[in-house]
Amino acid sequence: MIEVRFFATLRTDRGKITQVPAEEVSTAGDLLRRFEIPAEEVAILLINGFHSKPEDAVKDGDVISLFPPVGGG
Amino acid sequence: MDERYIRNLGALTERECIVLRTKTVFVAGCGGLGGYLIEMLLRLGVGTICAADGDVFETSNLNRQLLSSPLTLGRSKAEAAAIRAATVNPDVHFVPIPQFVTEENAAELIRGCDAVLDALDNIQARRILARACTQADIPMIHGAICAWNAQAAVIMPGDDLIDRIYPEGVSLNSKASLSFTPPFCAAMQVALCTRLLTGRPLETGRLYVADLLDMELTSLF
Repeated sequence: MIEVRFFATLRTDRGKITQVPAEEVSTAGDLLRRFEIPAEEVAILLINGFHSKPEDAVKDGDVISLFPPVGGG
Repeated sequence: MDERYIRNLGALTERECIVLRTKTVFVAGCGGLGGYLIEMLLRLGVGTICAADGDVFETSNLNRQLLSSPLTLGRSKAEAAAIRAATVNPDVHFVPIPQFVTEENAAELIRGCDAVLDALDNIQARRILARACTQADIPMIHGAICAWNAQAAVIMPGDDLIDRIYPEGVSLNSKASLSFTPPFCAAMQVALCTRLLTGRPLETGRLYVADLLDMELTSLF
């Protein structure tokens, strides 16, 4: 399984954390599409704590963290 | 020791209070974050605050911006900050700058400052400010808010944290903000700034992300 952790406004209607069968996705971008998150709404994408991009591969046991842009002042 | 700073003692040493009185900080923006940053820096007792904002108050600011009131609608945010500074702590040298931070003026605005506090509301201006800070060798204390969320970081010159947290193509779709989010974020920024200016140990390049809805504080990088 792949663990997906949502942060801030990305939690709306998705919750904080969910699991996805590893065989159903191959990249972080696949996860964004699965959860209907446009790429421009993700500011920080971490795979196992490391800064990553949607095209990066994901595998069984990975933890994906998704943060939206926070930019008001 | 000036009596007005007596309650700083115990949390800060007398020497640290004296050091703060020698420091100059630049606050970029006098809106939601900036108003609270200025208030906290005034009461903390830094020596000089330069604060820039080219905007005027409008009705939609009233839910969260400390310096806004029905009496200040239509007035300069920077000038309102100057009035507040003179009221709260006239011993602080306060320099209001009724201008937005731009590519053209950023270097001049931050010249000679010991720290730059980011209270901006858009990514483009933050990139300009971060580049100017790197070129001037001045640390920048980032802060940003959205809805129930706040984030803060100390960005040392040369660190590309702003580019990593706002990658190309990312867009700010929500302008939501609540009354308690800006002061929470400002508190994180001023705490980090105090540690920086007094020379206390500090982890730089780390992004602190607060979620006030779920009461979580996460640190990244």
